[in-house]
Amino acid sequence: MYRVTDQPIDVEAMIKSVDDPRSGAIVTFLGVVRGFSQGKKVNYLEYEAFDEMAIKKMAEIGAETKEKWGVDKIAVTHRVGRLEIGEASIVIALSTPHRKEGFEACHYTIDRIKEIVPVWKKEVWEDGEVWVEGHKPI
Amino acid sequence: MKVRLRLFASFREAVGQDRMEIQVPEGSTMAQIMEVLAAKYPKIAGLAASTVFAVDEEYVSPDRIAQEGDEIVFIPPVSGGTNV
Repeated sequence: MYRVTDQPIDVEAMIKSVDDPRSGAIVTFLGVVRGFSQGKKVNYLEYEAFDEMAIKKMAEIGAETKEKWGVDKIAVTHRVGRLEIGEASIVIALSTPHRKEGFEACHYTIDRIKEIVPVWKKEVWEDGEVWVEGHKPI
Repeated sequence: MKVRLRLFASFREAVGQDRMEIQVPEGSTMAQIMEVLAAKYPKIAGLAASTVFAVDEEYVSPDRIAQEGDEIVFIPPVSGGTNV
């Protein structure tokens, strides 16, 4: 299940969605909005996505994790719009037969998302704002 | 020929809209279309070097030649998730 949403992410529902009788481990990752960036106090963040392509790229990454680590089920949700400090911008949940593969697959998933999924983030401070320069895809 | 553009993040703000159609010479590459747009909107010229392109929701090379009716997406550096 791969989604882009402008609503708060329901982590419990995502965990339930990857529950699988083959699995012995469910690993989750939450990326949350940090209140400081390079020493500056951040008021809030604005996320924007190219939804269709973001979902397609997340699904490609999910397929890779199934291939490489034998992931049973995976769910990824990226939130867009205005996010306050402490809110989750991204949640990954995945299930594997054993924990080692689960941790590795989850680590790979978040790293790869940041490289190739078309999502952008603007930091808004008291006295200005900037689109954060992240990765150049491919 | 005409191509359609979709613009996100810094591009959308610089141009002031998220979709547009522009006229470009036959045989234009993605990079050349970027130059056409940068000439019209000087603010985006600085983004050219770090931009990649997508057609049909797939990344393509800057040398890819555009076809009539293509929907081209200018993709500034991505920054999903959080810096963790």
